Amino acid sequence: MAEVDQAQLFEFLCRMGDNTLVLGHWVSEWCGHAPVLEEDIALANTALDLIGQTQMWLGLAAEVEGKGRSADDLAMLRDVWDFRNVLLVEQPNGDFGQTMMRQFLFDAWHLEMLGALAGSSHDQIAAIAAKSVKEVQYHVERSGDTVVGLGDGTSESHSRMQKALNLLWPYVGEMFAADAVDNAVAAAGIAPDPAALRETYDARVGAVLAEATLSVPEDGFAHKGGKSGFQHSEHLGHLLTQMQWLQRAYPGASW
Amino acid sequence: MSSPNSAYPDTPETQTKPKRHEWPLWEVFIRGQHGMSHRHVGSLHAADEEMAIKNARDVYTRRNEGVSIWVVEARHIAASSPSEKGPLYEPSESKVYRHPTFFDIPDEVGAM
Repeated sequence: MAEVDQAQLFEFLCRMGDNTLVLGHWVSEWCGHAPVLEEDIALANTALDLIGQTQMWLGLAAEVEGKGRSADDLAMLRDVWDFRNVLLVEQPNGDFGQTMMRQFLFDAWHLEMLGALAGSSHDQIAAIAAKSVKEVQYHVERSGDTVVGLGDGTSESHSRMQKALNLLWPYVGEMFAADAVDNAVAAAGIAPDPAALRETYDARVGAVLAEATLSVPEDGFAHKGGKSGFQHSEHLGHLLTQMQWLQRAYPGASW
Repeated sequence: MSSPNSAYPDTPETQTKPKRHEWPLWEVFIRGQHGMSHRHVGSLHAADEEMAIKNARDVYTRRNEGVSIWVVEARHIAASSPSEKGPLYEPSESKVYRHPTFFDIPDEVGAM
Protein backbone atom coordinates (compact mmCIF):
# COMPACT_ATOMS: atom_id res chain seq x y z
CA MET A 1 0.00 0.00 0.00
CA ALA A 2 1.16 3.52 -0.79
CA GLU A 3 2.95 5.53 1.88
CA VAL A 4 1.10 8.69 2.67
CA ASP A 5 2.67 12.12 2.61
CA GLN A 6 2.49 13.49 6.18
CA ALA A 7 1.37 16.92 4.96
CA GLN A 8 -1.59 15.30 3.23
CA LEU A 9 -2.40 13.22 6.30
CA PHE A 10 -2.36 16.45 8.31
CA GLU A 11 -4.80 18.02 5.83
CA PHE A 12 -7.11 15.04 6.11
CA LEU A 13 -7.10 15.11 9.91
CA CYS A 14 -7.83 18.84 9.88
CA ARG A 15 -10.83 18.16 7.66
CA MET A 16 -12.22 15.65 10.15
CA GLY A 17 -11.50 17.87 13.14
CA ASP A 18 -12.65 21.14 11.57
CA ASN A 19 -15.97 19.58 10.53
CA THR A 20 -16.73 18.55 14.11
CA LEU A 21 -15.33 21.77 15.59
CA VAL A 22 -17.32 24.15 13.41
CA LEU A 23 -20.55 22.17 13.62
CA GLY A 24 -20.05 21.61 17.35
CA HIS A 25 -19.67 25.34 17.90
CA TRP A 26 -22.80 26.22 15.94
CA VAL A 27 -24.82 23.58 17.78
CA SER A 28 -23.53 24.78 21.15
CA GLU A 29 -25.06 28.18 20.44
CA TRP A 30 -28.50 26.59 20.99
CA CYS A 31 -27.69 25.99 24.64
CA GLY A 32 -30.40 27.81 26.59
CA HIS A 33 -32.35 28.70 23.42
CA ALA A 34 -33.83 25.47 22.06
CA PRO A 35 -37.63 25.27 21.69
CA VAL A 36 -38.03 22.78 24.56
CA LEU A 37 -35.85 21.78 27.50
CA GLU A 38 -35.34 18.22 26.27
CA GLU A 39 -34.07 19.40 22.87
CA ASP A 40 -31.85 21.93 24.58
CA ILE A 41 -30.05 19.22 26.53
CA ALA A 42 -29.93 16.88 23.53
CA LEU A 43 -28.33 19.59 21.36
CA ALA A 44 -25.82 20.43 24.08
CA ASN A 45 -24.93 16.73 24.33
CA THR A 46 -24.43 16.56 20.56
CA ALA A 47 -22.27 19.68 20.60
CA LEU A 48 -20.12 18.23 23.39
CA ASP A 49 -19.74 14.93 21.50
CA LEU A 50 -18.53 16.86 18.46
CA ILE A 51 -16.10 19.00 20.44
CA GLY A 52 -14.77 15.84 22.11
CA GLN A 53 -14.17 14.30 18.70
CA THR A 54 -12.45 17.51 17.63
CA GLN A 55 -9.94 17.17 20.46
CA MET A 56 -9.01 13.72 19.19
CA TRP A 57 -8.79 14.64 15.48
CA LEU A 58 -6.91 17.90 15.94
CA GLY A 59 -4.74 16.34 18.65
CA LEU A 60 -3.63 13.72 16.18
CA ALA A 61 -3.28 16.35 13.44
CA ALA A 62 -0.94 18.37 15.65
CA GLU A 63 1.09 15.24 16.43
CA VAL A 64 1.39 14.37 12.73
CA GLU A 65 2.37 17.95 11.90
CA GLY A 66 5.14 17.79 14.49
CA LYS A 67 5.61 21.54 14.86
CA GLY A 68 4.78 21.69 18.53
CA ARG A 69 1.23 22.93 18.07
CA SER A 70 -1.61 21.52 20.17
CA ALA A 71 -5.25 20.77 19.33
CA ASP A 72 -6.14 24.04 21.10
CA ASP A 73 -3.65 25.97 18.96
CA LEU A 74 -5.18 24.55 15.80
CA ALA A 75 -8.73 25.28 16.95
CA MET A 76 -8.25 28.74 18.40
CA LEU A 77 -5.33 30.31 16.56
CA ARG A 78 -5.91 29.53 12.89
CA ASP A 79 -7.80 31.92 10.65
CA VAL A 80 -10.50 31.19 8.08
CA TRP A 81 -8.19 30.25 5.20
CA ASP A 82 -6.56 27.49 7.25
CA PHE A 83 -9.84 25.78 8.10
CA ARG A 84 -10.65 22.61 6.17
CA ASN A 85 -14.28 21.91 7.08
CA VAL A 86 -16.90 21.32 4.40
CA LEU A 87 -19.16 24.28 3.60
CA LEU A 88 -22.25 22.47 4.91
CA VAL A 89 -21.21 22.64 8.56
CA GLU A 90 -20.39 26.35 8.50
CA GLN A 91 -23.87 27.31 7.30
CA PRO A 92 -25.63 29.24 10.07
CA ASN A 93 -28.14 27.77 12.51
CA GLY A 94 -31.17 29.55 11.04
CA ASP A 95 -34.30 28.32 12.77
CA PHE A 96 -34.47 25.04 14.69
CA GLY A 97 -35.59 23.18 11.55
CA GLN A 98 -32.62 24.43 9.55
CA THR A 99 -30.26 23.40 12.35
CA MET A 100 -31.74 19.90 12.44
CA MET A 101 -31.68 19.54 8.65
CA ARG A 102 -28.01 20.56 8.56
CA GLN A 103 -27.34 18.12 11.39
CA PHE A 104 -29.06 15.23 9.62
CA LEU A 105 -27.37 15.85 6.26
CA PHE A 106 -24.01 15.89 8.03
CA ASP A 107 -24.70 13.04 10.50
CA ALA A 108 -25.66 10.66 7.68
CA TRP A 109 -22.31 11.32 5.96
CA HIS A 110 -20.41 11.31 9.25
CA LEU A 111 -21.76 7.86 10.15
CA GLU A 112 -20.65 6.32 6.84
CA MET A 113 -17.28 8.03 7.02
CA LEU A 114 -16.54 6.94 10.58
CA GLY A 115 -17.79 3.43 9.87
CA ALA A 116 -15.23 3.17 7.08
CA LEU A 117 -12.49 4.86 9.11
CA ALA A 118 -12.94 2.31 11.90
CA GLY A 119 -11.23 -0.10 9.49
CA SER A 120 -8.42 2.32 8.68
CA SER A 121 -4.87 1.10 8.18
CA HIS A 122 -3.82 3.87 10.60
CA ASP A 123 -4.34 2.55 14.14
CA GLN A 124 -4.99 5.87 15.86
CA ILE A 125 -7.49 6.93 13.20
CA ALA A 126 -9.26 3.58 13.49
CA ALA A 127 -9.46 4.00 17.27
CA ILE A 128 -10.83 7.55 17.10
CA ALA A 129 -13.42 6.47 14.53
CA ALA A 130 -14.49 3.44 16.56
CA LYS A 131 -15.11 5.64 19.59
CA SER A 132 -16.89 8.39 17.63
CA VAL A 133 -19.12 6.16 15.53
CA LYS A 134 -21.21 5.15 18.57
CA GLU A 135 -21.96 8.78 19.33
CA VAL A 136 -22.79 9.53 15.73
CA GLN A 137 -25.08 6.52 15.42
CA TYR A 138 -27.23 8.23 18.02
CA HIS A 139 -26.87 11.69 16.44
CA VAL A 140 -28.23 10.47 13.11
CA GLU A 141 -31.14 8.64 14.72
CA ARG A 142 -32.10 11.71 16.64
CA SER A 143 -31.70 14.23 13.81
CA GLY A 144 -33.45 11.85 11.38
CA ASP A 145 -36.42 11.48 13.74
CA THR A 146 -36.68 15.24 14.08
CA VAL A 147 -36.52 15.75 10.32
CA VAL A 148 -39.39 13.26 9.95
CA GLY A 149 -41.36 14.79 12.82
CA LEU A 150 -41.08 18.33 11.49
CA GLY A 151 -41.22 17.47 7.77
CA ASP A 152 -44.36 15.38 8.21
CA GLY A 153 -45.74 17.77 10.82
CA THR A 154 -47.82 20.90 10.42
CA SER A 155 -47.91 22.89 7.18
CA GLU A 156 -45.72 25.49 8.91
CA SER A 157 -43.06 22.99 10.02
CA HIS A 158 -43.22 21.20 6.65
CA SER A 159 -42.58 24.39 4.67
CA ARG A 160 -39.71 25.38 6.97
CA MET A 161 -38.09 21.96 6.53
CA GLN A 162 -38.50 22.03 2.76
CA LYS A 163 -36.97 25.49 2.73
CA ALA A 164 -34.06 24.25 4.85
CA LEU A 165 -33.51 21.29 2.53
CA ASN A 166 -33.57 23.51 -0.56
CA LEU A 167 -31.03 25.81 1.09
CA LEU A 168 -28.64 23.10 2.30
CA TRP A 169 -28.84 20.43 -0.40
CA PRO A 170 -26.32 22.20 -2.68
CA TYR A 171 -23.74 21.73 0.10
CA VAL A 172 -24.11 17.93 0.23
CA GLY A 173 -22.06 17.18 -2.90
CA GLU A 174 -18.79 18.52 -1.48
CA MET A 175 -18.64 15.72 1.10
CA PHE A 176 -18.37 13.12 -1.68
CA ALA A 177 -16.09 14.92 -4.14
CA ALA A 178 -12.55 13.52 -3.94
CA ASP A 179 -9.45 15.65 -4.43
CA ALA A 180 -5.70 14.98 -4.20
CA VAL A 181 -5.78 14.70 -0.38
CA ASP A 182 -8.66 12.22 -0.44
CA ASN A 183 -6.96 10.18 -3.13
CA ALA A 184 -3.70 10.07 -1.20
CA VAL A 185 -5.26 8.84 2.06
CA ALA A 186 -7.46 6.40 0.15
CA ALA A 187 -4.45 4.94 -1.69
CA ALA A 188 -2.76 4.35 1.68
CA GLY A 189 -5.82 2.53 3.02
CA ILE A 190 -6.26 5.26 5.65
CA ALA A 191 -9.65 6.53 4.52
CA PRO A 192 -12.33 5.49 2.03
CA ASP A 193 -12.85 7.06 -1.37
CA PRO A 194 -15.52 9.67 -0.49
CA ALA A 195 -17.52 8.84 -3.62
CA ALA A 196 -17.93 5.25 -2.41
CA LEU A 197 -20.03 6.48 0.53
CA ARG A 198 -22.60 8.18 -1.65
CA GLU A 199 -24.83 5.21 -2.42
CA THR A 200 -25.49 4.28 1.22
CA TYR A 201 -25.88 7.95 2.07
CA ASP A 202 -28.46 8.50 -0.64
CA ALA A 203 -30.38 5.42 0.47
CA ARG A 204 -30.54 6.51 4.12
CA VAL A 205 -31.20 10.18 3.44
CA GLY A 206 -33.69 9.37 0.70
CA ALA A 207 -35.70 7.10 3.00
CA VAL A 208 -35.83 9.67 5.80
CA LEU A 209 -36.73 12.55 3.49
CA ALA A 210 -39.45 10.46 1.85
CA GLU A 211 -40.92 9.64 5.27
CA ALA A 212 -40.67 13.33 6.08
CA THR A 213 -42.69 14.07 2.90
CA LEU A 214 -39.89 16.34 1.67
CA SER A 215 -38.66 16.52 -1.93
CA VAL A 216 -34.97 16.46 -2.74
CA PRO A 217 -34.11 19.34 -5.08
CA GLU A 218 -33.41 18.05 -8.58
CA ASP A 219 -30.63 20.47 -9.40
CA GLY A 220 -27.35 18.59 -8.98
CA PHE A 221 -25.27 21.72 -8.40
CA ALA A 222 -22.78 21.42 -5.54
CA HIS A 223 -20.82 24.20 -3.89
CA LYS A 224 -17.20 23.42 -3.14
CA GLY A 225 -14.10 25.01 -1.68
CA GLY A 226 -14.55 24.35 2.04
CA LYS A 227 -12.48 21.25 2.65
CA SER A 228 -9.76 22.41 0.29
CA GLY A 229 -9.73 25.80 2.02
CA PHE A 230 -10.09 27.50 -1.35
CA GLN A 231 -13.23 29.47 -0.61
CA HIS A 232 -15.19 29.40 2.64
CA SER A 233 -18.51 31.21 2.95
CA GLU A 234 -18.65 34.43 4.95
CA HIS A 235 -20.33 32.59 7.84
CA LEU A 236 -17.13 30.87 8.95
CA GLY A 237 -15.44 34.18 9.73
CA HIS A 238 -18.33 35.27 11.92
CA LEU A 239 -18.26 31.96 13.74
CA LEU A 240 -14.52 32.20 14.39
CA THR A 241 -14.75 35.72 15.81
CA GLN A 242 -17.20 34.36 18.38
CA MET A 243 -15.34 31.14 19.06
CA GLN A 244 -11.80 32.49 19.15
CA TRP A 245 -12.12 35.95 20.67
CA LEU A 246 -11.17 34.93 24.19
CA GLN A 247 -7.91 33.25 23.16
CA ARG A 248 -7.18 36.17 20.85
CA ALA A 249 -7.85 38.82 23.48
CA TYR A 250 -6.26 36.95 26.39
CA PRO A 251 -3.57 34.72 24.85
CA GLY A 252 -2.92 31.60 26.88
CA ALA A 253 -5.92 32.10 29.14
CA SER A 254 -7.03 28.85 30.75
CA TRP A 255 -9.46 27.62 33.42
CA MET B 1 -36.29 32.21 30.11
CA SER B 2 -37.28 33.22 26.59
CA SER B 3 -40.39 33.85 24.58
CA PRO B 4 -41.96 30.86 22.78
CA ASN B 5 -40.82 32.16 19.42
CA SER B 6 -37.23 32.88 20.39
CA ALA B 7 -36.06 29.91 18.30
CA TYR B 8 -37.59 31.58 15.26
CA PRO B 9 -36.42 35.18 15.45
CA ASP B 10 -37.55 35.81 11.89
CA THR B 11 -41.15 34.99 12.77
CA PRO B 12 -43.06 38.17 13.55
CA GLU B 13 -44.77 38.21 16.94
CA THR B 14 -48.49 38.41 16.34
CA GLN B 15 -51.14 39.81 18.63
CA THR B 16 -53.05 36.55 18.82
CA LYS B 17 -50.52 33.90 19.68
CA PRO B 18 -51.58 30.36 18.87
CA LYS B 19 -52.15 28.16 21.88
CA ARG B 20 -48.95 26.42 22.85
CA HIS B 21 -49.54 22.69 22.63
CA GLU B 22 -47.51 20.84 25.22
CA TRP B 23 -46.30 17.34 24.58
CA PRO B 24 -47.59 14.76 27.05
CA LEU B 25 -45.73 14.19 30.30
CA TRP B 26 -43.72 10.98 30.77
CA GLU B 27 -42.32 9.48 33.95
CA VAL B 28 -38.81 8.10 33.60
CA PHE B 29 -37.36 5.04 35.33
CA ILE B 30 -33.67 4.15 35.06
CA ARG B 31 -31.88 0.99 36.06
CA GLY B 32 -28.40 1.95 37.21
CA GLN B 33 -25.10 0.20 36.62
CA HIS B 34 -25.37 -1.82 39.81
CA GLY B 35 -29.05 -1.49 40.65
CA MET B 36 -31.37 -4.44 40.39
CA SER B 37 -34.54 -2.50 39.74
CA HIS B 38 -35.58 0.56 37.78
CA ARG B 39 -35.94 3.67 39.91
CA HIS B 40 -38.02 6.73 39.24
CA VAL B 41 -35.67 9.58 38.35
CA GLY B 42 -37.99 12.30 37.09
CA SER B 43 -40.23 13.28 34.25
CA LEU B 44 -40.06 14.96 30.85
CA HIS B 45 -42.16 15.95 27.86
CA ALA B 46 -42.16 14.08 24.54
CA ALA B 47 -44.47 13.57 21.57
CA ASP B 48 -44.36 9.76 21.68
CA GLU B 49 -42.69 6.89 23.50
CA GLU B 50 -39.66 6.63 21.21
CA MET B 51 -38.96 10.31 21.64
CA ALA B 52 -39.50 9.94 25.39
CA ILE B 53 -36.78 7.28 25.57
CA LYS B 54 -34.39 9.41 23.50
CA ASN B 55 -35.11 12.44 25.65
CA ALA B 56 -34.63 10.37 28.79
CA ARG B 57 -31.30 9.19 27.44
CA ASP B 58 -30.21 12.79 26.94
CA VAL B 59 -31.66 14.26 30.11
CA TYR B 60 -31.11 11.47 32.65
CA THR B 61 -28.24 9.23 31.48
CA ARG B 62 -25.71 11.76 30.22
CA ARG B 63 -23.47 11.11 33.22
CA ASN B 64 -23.45 7.39 32.65
CA GLU B 65 -26.20 6.71 35.18
CA GLY B 66 -28.03 3.89 33.52
CA VAL B 67 -28.12 0.67 31.56
CA SER B 68 -31.88 0.52 30.95
CA ILE B 69 -34.67 3.06 30.57
CA TRP B 70 -38.41 2.70 31.11
CA VAL B 71 -40.85 5.46 30.28
CA VAL B 72 -44.55 5.54 31.00
CA GLU B 73 -46.96 8.28 30.17
CA ALA B 74 -47.88 9.97 33.43
CA ARG B 75 -51.62 9.67 32.82
CA HIS B 76 -51.34 5.87 32.90
CA ILE B 77 -50.10 5.86 36.47
CA ALA B 78 -52.82 5.25 39.07
CA ALA B 79 -51.88 6.77 42.43
CA SER B 80 -53.21 6.56 45.96
CA SER B 81 -54.87 9.66 47.27
CA PRO B 82 -53.02 11.75 49.90
CA SER B 83 -56.32 12.46 51.65
CA GLU B 84 -56.75 8.76 52.43
CA LYS B 85 -53.39 8.33 54.10
CA GLY B 86 -54.99 7.89 57.53
CA PRO B 87 -56.97 4.75 56.78
CA LEU B 88 -54.39 3.47 54.30
CA TYR B 89 -51.16 3.71 56.29
CA GLU B 90 -51.74 4.51 59.94
CA PRO B 91 -53.08 1.08 60.94
CA SER B 92 -49.70 -0.49 60.18
CA GLU B 93 -47.80 1.92 62.45
CA SER B 94 -48.61 -0.02 65.61
CA LYS B 95 -47.93 -3.51 64.24
CA VAL B 96 -44.22 -3.94 64.92
CA TYR B 97 -44.63 -7.74 64.89
CA ARG B 98 -44.92 -7.51 61.11
CA HIS B 99 -41.22 -6.63 60.90
CA PRO B 100 -39.10 -9.80 60.74
CA THR B 101 -36.75 -8.55 63.46
CA PHE B 102 -37.55 -11.20 66.06
CA PHE B 103 -35.50 -13.93 64.42
CA ASP B 104 -31.83 -14.70 64.83
CA ILE B 105 -30.38 -15.01 61.38
CA PRO B 106 -27.43 -17.40 61.13
CA ASP B 107 -24.21 -15.78 59.89
CA GLU B 108 -23.97 -18.40 57.13
CA VAL B 109 -26.96 -16.83 55.40
CA GLY B 110 -24.96 -13.74 54.54
CA ALA B 111 -26.46 -10.45 53.47
CA MET B 112 -30.22 -10.39 53.16
